[in-house]
Amino acid sequence: MIFVFFLILLMFIAAISACIFRDLISAVIASCMVSLMAAILFYLLQAPDVAMAEAAIGAALVTAIFIIAIRRTKRYEE
Amino acid sequence: MRKIISIVLLGIVALGIILSLARIPFGVSKTKVGGYYIDKGREETGAANIVTSIVVNYRAFDTLGEITVLFIAAVGLGAVLSTRKKHKREQDLEPASLVLYTGCRFLFPLILLFGAYIFIHGHLTPGGGFQGGAIVASAYLLIYLGCRGRRIPEAGTKVIESLAGLVFVVVGLLGLSFGGYFLLNFLPKGTPNVLFSAGIIPIVYIAIGFKVGSELAGIIDNLMEESR
Repeated sequence: MIFVFFLILLMFIAAISACIFRDLISAVIASCMVSLMAAILFYLLQAPDVAMAEAAIGAALVTAIFIIAIRRTKRYEE
Repeated sequence: MRKIISIVLLGIVALGIILSLARIPFGVSKTKVGGYYIDKGREETGAANIVTSIVVNYRAFDTLGEITVLFIAAVGLGAVLSTRKKHKREQDLEPASLVLYTGCRFLFPLILLFGAYIFIHGHLTPGGGFQGGAIVASAYLLIYLGCRGRRIPEAGTKVIESLAGLVFVVVGLLGLSFGGYFLLNFLPKGTPNVLFSAGIIPIVYIAIGFKVGSELAGIIDNLMEESR
């Protein structure tokens, strides 16, 4: 139970820091962390299917697509 | 300042969602259909995984719609990105180091195998076509990131994608011709918990796995091509 609350706390911190970071790569990594924590939480809630989809799409593919998009545009938010 | 306002606005949205969801009891069956699926799903469809029996048997038509949405998204992305000129500047890119290159080449077949396992065993273990396809696509992403210069033939992904979609629809139409309604599970169900069981579910899930995998790999291919 404490582990779950720790994960949720990490998720909150990562989500808020994704909004705050000026470096967009860092923001994308933070949002990737939100997805990873969500995947672990889904697994703990006995939904391994959703956890797999969240880890593969939310953490891997979406992060990669964002990073590719950032590489084409600007890295720092002004 | 703008960020603080956006965080506050997001907090208000989250509060609204929490307040509206708090009234619904968690983990209690609100409808009768959920209990029916849990009780009867296994004997009616032959699939040990109840989620799969719902996704590919009871609600297979919805799954066809989902596949179509993904297909349209991939086609739209390809259409938008291919209007620009593709420039090839691969020479001035720095090649990856030997460790990275070898590591990616070593991990690639293992990830591919894992994805294939997930969608072939979709009716037995958690997971299925969508998850397996996403894992296969992430294997291709690894190749794009680690081994520069290697790429998937674009025509190949399109052919696989079209064939997989065709298999899904043809299986559905076969059900229509055998039993009178679309996507009927017309094959023998076999004994549960065996790989060759559950009628059309493994066939459809393998088709979905190939389709989702090739679509997502095609999306990555389009974006990487554009970003070079």
